[in-house]
Amino acid sequence: MTQVKVLVLRTAGTNCDVETCYAFELAGARAQRVHVNRLIENPGLLEGYQILALPGGFSYGDDIAAGRILANQLVHHFRDEVRAFIDADKLVIGICNGFQVLVMTGILPGLPNPENDGVAQQATLACNDSGKFEDRWVYLQPGSNKCVFVEPDRRIYLPVAHGEGKLCFAQPKLLEQARANGQVAFRYVDAEGRFGAYPINPNGSTDHIAGLCDATGRVLGMMPHPERHVHRTHHPHWTRLTEQEPQKLNGLSIFANAVRYFS
Amino acid sequence: MTHRIEIFTKSDYQDVPGQEVLTDIRQLGISTVEEVQAIKVFLLGGDFDQAGLERIARELLADPISQECHLGRSAAPPGLAQATLIEVHLKPGVTDPVADSTRMALADMGLKVKSVRTARKYIVLGHINEKQKQIIAQKILANDCIEEVIFGTDSEPPSPHTKPYQLRIINIPMRQLDDQQLQKISDQMDLFLNLKEMQTIQQYYQKLKRDPTDVELEMLAQTWSEHCVHKTFRSTIEFTETNGVGEKTIVIENLLKSTIVRATRELDKPWCISVFEDNAGVVEFDENYGICFKVETHNHPSAIEPYGGAATGIGGVIRDPMGTGLGSKPIANTDIFCFAPPDMRLEDLPIGVLHPRRVMKGVVAGVRDYGNRMGIPTVNGAVLFDERYLGNPLVYCGNIGLIPRQMCFGSARSGDLILMVGGRVGRDGIHGATFSSGEMTHEHETVFSHAVQIGNPIVEKKMLDTLLAARDENLYVAITDCGAGGLSSAVGEMGAKLGAVVDLEKVPLKYQGLSYTEIWISEAQERMVIAVPPENLERIKEIFAGEDVEATVVGQYTADKKLHLRYNGQTVGELDMEFLHEGLPKYTRQAIWNAPKVQEPELTEKEDYTDDLKAVLSGFNVASKEWVIRQYDHEVQGGSTIKPLVGADNDGPGDASVLRPVLSRDQGIAIGCGICPQYSDIDPYWMALAAIDEAVRNVVAVGGNPERIAILDNFCWGNCNKPDRLGSLVKAAQGCYDAAVAFGTPFISGKDSLNNEFQTQDGQTINIPGTLLISAMAIVDDVNRCVTMDAKRPGNVILIVGETKNELGGSQYYQLNGKLGANVPKVNLNAAPKVIAAVAAAIKQGLVVACHDCSEGGLAVALAEMAFAGGVGIEANLTRVPVSRDVSRADQTLFGESATRFLMEAPPENFGRLAQLLGNMRFGEIGMVTDNSRLIIKTTGGQAVIDADIYKLKEAWQKPLRW
Repeated sequence: MTQVKVLVLRTAGTNCDVETCYAFELAGARAQRVHVNRLIENPGLLEGYQILALPGGFSYGDDIAAGRILANQLVHHFRDEVRAFIDADKLVIGICNGFQVLVMTGILPGLPNPENDGVAQQATLACNDSGKFEDRWVYLQPGSNKCVFVEPDRRIYLPVAHGEGKLCFAQPKLLEQARANGQVAFRYVDAEGRFGAYPINPNGSTDHIAGLCDATGRVLGMMPHPERHVHRTHHPHWTRLTEQEPQKLNGLSIFANAVRYFS
Repeated sequence: MTHRIEIFTKSDYQDVPGQEVLTDIRQLGISTVEEVQAIKVFLLGGDFDQAGLERIARELLADPISQECHLGRSAAPPGLAQATLIEVHLKPGVTDPVADSTRMALADMGLKVKSVRTARKYIVLGHINEKQKQIIAQKILANDCIEEVIFGTDSEPPSPHTKPYQLRIINIPMRQLDDQQLQKISDQMDLFLNLKEMQTIQQYYQKLKRDPTDVELEMLAQTWSEHCVHKTFRSTIEFTETNGVGEKTIVIENLLKSTIVRATRELDKPWCISVFEDNAGVVEFDENYGICFKVETHNHPSAIEPYGGAATGIGGVIRDPMGTGLGSKPIANTDIFCFAPPDMRLEDLPIGVLHPRRVMKGVVAGVRDYGNRMGIPTVNGAVLFDERYLGNPLVYCGNIGLIPRQMCFGSARSGDLILMVGGRVGRDGIHGATFSSGEMTHEHETVFSHAVQIGNPIVEKKMLDTLLAARDENLYVAITDCGAGGLSSAVGEMGAKLGAVVDLEKVPLKYQGLSYTEIWISEAQERMVIAVPPENLERIKEIFAGEDVEATVVGQYTADKKLHLRYNGQTVGELDMEFLHEGLPKYTRQAIWNAPKVQEPELTEKEDYTDDLKAVLSGFNVASKEWVIRQYDHEVQGGSTIKPLVGADNDGPGDASVLRPVLSRDQGIAIGCGICPQYSDIDPYWMALAAIDEAVRNVVAVGGNPERIAILDNFCWGNCNKPDRLGSLVKAAQGCYDAAVAFGTPFISGKDSLNNEFQTQDGQTINIPGTLLISAMAIVDDVNRCVTMDAKRPGNVILIVGETKNELGGSQYYQLNGKLGANVPKVNLNAAPKVIAAVAAAIKQGLVVACHDCSEGGLAVALAEMAFAGGVGIEANLTRVPVSRDVSRADQTLFGESATRFLMEAPPENFGRLAQLLGNMRFGEIGMVTDNSRLIIKTTGGQAVIDADIYKLKEAWQKPLRW
């Protein structure tokens, strides 16, 4: 079997590209960091890959809004190629800033919406209710069984690190549709799986949503960082466990599921 | 024409900037304001019709869900007579990154725009008078040095427009001047050169039979500034020490070489790769990589403009490892701050200082925004409080880099091209180096506002990405950063042994109108200088252009040992490299140290110290810094192994952080620090020992290898031209030597800031306590062996290692009681390294499951922290704590801050092996972990001197700085 190839897209201000590559490689893929200018010069480049990853960071310094400028580039320079990529049964993951980009472009949630008034964007990631950037670990409950990255029913623990992660929909109806469609990939919960206020829901996200997938289940966007739990020692409590106590690598499973999709 | 687009937050979404301003207004004591709305303003120059502008607003500038836009200038909300409009615009030439990004995005949309500017508009609802309006504008909304304020519907500031520059070479006639006139020139030009230096320069030009040009004088002033050459540390010092016994005078040739550097030379560790010679110290990590570490201060700029000062502080120190050898990849930041207490009353502040709370919030935000955007985890730090930091807050910023072993050295050669990479040059940051070498006064806020630089982390990140690519293709042979002194210091240093010719008109500018001198000394941020062999130019420019990074050839290195500056072919300055770098006159300075007359207070002994423990936990110095830490991304880059916050609820105070520099390896580095200015007032010698002891304890407590600890010194002192300040500095430096040698921890880099005094309007001088930061980095052989400080399991035993002495001097407990005391903790340099080695061995052998050092607040605080971080109880007995003979009271054992002490938690079955390992060291099994959520500390007869619920203790510890 040929190795699954991952394009990790980076630009000015991207900063989780190296560890996202590392996570994909631990999962058995071959990952390459590619600058957005190379993709703008040659959008056909995308065809040679099976997975497109938009990693975390502050693309263009979050100028105007988080993810806005890179989303604008994607829309105006290689939207059709990304569409074709998704239609070709390939996978896309956007993490943190990458999720913000996917939402700004309208790729997520990407619901049919006749009232959209020509605007593709159906949701936004607004300022955290806390009003500030925060790095903290959160529990996530899968809300979908169609997303290829996600193991249904398995609650996981991952860190968030963002200032703008509060998911809000343009209309309440869109949330209903996303839920009905099985597009809610993850919700913020506590260790026992219950919903709760801050800090359980770290940003005040609508319906506690931490991640969305598209209707195909092959495009995932999430605020938490799966690439930050691919070693046992990434877990904030690893020194509290004895070596005999097994610990699943919550983040690695997301990358492994993606790679496994092509086997 | 200019089109205005305003962006509002919709009413059902949170207007975070508006709310922040409202909070700040209330904190200023203005209670009549009910609401503040923050509006983003874009000013687009170009030919757009209504439809075009609407498209730009809707598709690009406004978020369709949470924001709405208004084309043109919106009036005050109708029906609200009590609304005040305040707009904040950037001054001409100030970097506007949002405008740059907007211009690029418009191009991506296929639209042409002539100019883009941005501004912020605030609608303040509620009655305020004229004076309050001005206060809000000046103290909260705008920063005078970079921004302009307009009120109501006043006309907008005109589009920035500067006149083109006409070359006019300025000579400074100085060969005939007398001493008074020489000093006058130094003062008028803000050179901060003293008479002796001015005389030396005069003699040089008398020999040359010409007068200097302005740029030559400026360059000498910058190169010879305290900030750049550390005159004090290198001068000859006649040091007179008086103590109870008598008086003794010694002559110290070069303080730095005879203490700090001497320790490193004597220790002569084979794993030190490059020390005290490059922009950062370099030590071995493994067979493939070295680790660079540098810590800088950015105190003066942060006092004037906390956000920008701190941001450029971290931005600047990141460029040090980037500019070491052939360049390293930054992998971690450290940040240590000293502020005045944040609860000071506004009316108690002298004129010319910002409120400490504003300083703290601004500094934290500056470090957060720069560090997070650079994608560098901020993993270690400390925040300390003392009223004397009011006019001189201290902002230490550190950066650690990973560098391939074969890239640790670089040197330029004659013929190499001088390539300036990164940001453009503007008037920002002119005179930063000389300014930071002077004392602060109440006038500094206005006089030196141009010395504040403006940062743009994304420009630095782009530059970093491309430089690493160019490095890995071996396209350049030397690199350094444009730090203090800008091109002047970068080219001057890199070409010191060669010579260089620079064509200043080639330097890319942010706006026209800069003189050759301004171009040469500007400290505009995010720039590096590299030496490129001419044959590599084409390829290297391709790399930079490929990621939109500007790189320009501005000159060439020569072999004539002269620095030759030209503008459009005309010589504007020419200096001998030797005079520039070696011409600084040598000084002899006087230093005195008179041991202060201090005494131990007489506090009433108590039967219960539970309230005292809560009070110590609530003291700003001890209290949780979670509010600060969480705002930093401490996990980016994926190497996080021990986080700064640890424990069952991820909120306990970890002793040090551990990370994996190379993700695929189990070897790591532990990063910690020690800083105890509270002891300086009693004795700076013992303060220095305590700081090193603390730094070493921290990295060892998590699993660092004590034989592989490298340390850095950063001295922040008062005006060391005054003999008593210098005397105290000498004492501290002597302490550094003794401790470094005893612990076997070489200094690999350091920096000092020696003018931290503030002159108030009424002539008072506020001098900071002598503040030495020791940063430590230890190799962790196997990160899987690391431990954290949180107590783990009921039934486990708690041990203390190290002796507790009657040493409450300078302690948090005495501070709480308004006392200083006399018995400062004295590190036993004979016993301490053995304790350190034993603790490290216990961790390495897996015998302990938790380890925490005793520092501020002593044993009681350390036990409380272990318990509430672990979510378990601890019961301990003071009678089992090994104490020295002079300990007679419970508070001495509970709150004394004796050095080199650790608490360890071990499963009972490991106790035997642990006891064997600790041998004849002072240690005691003092208690055990319980499952009842109480901290109980008993004394003689089983009576509890502390008995408290751990969650109440935690609340006391978390509440003060939970902002």
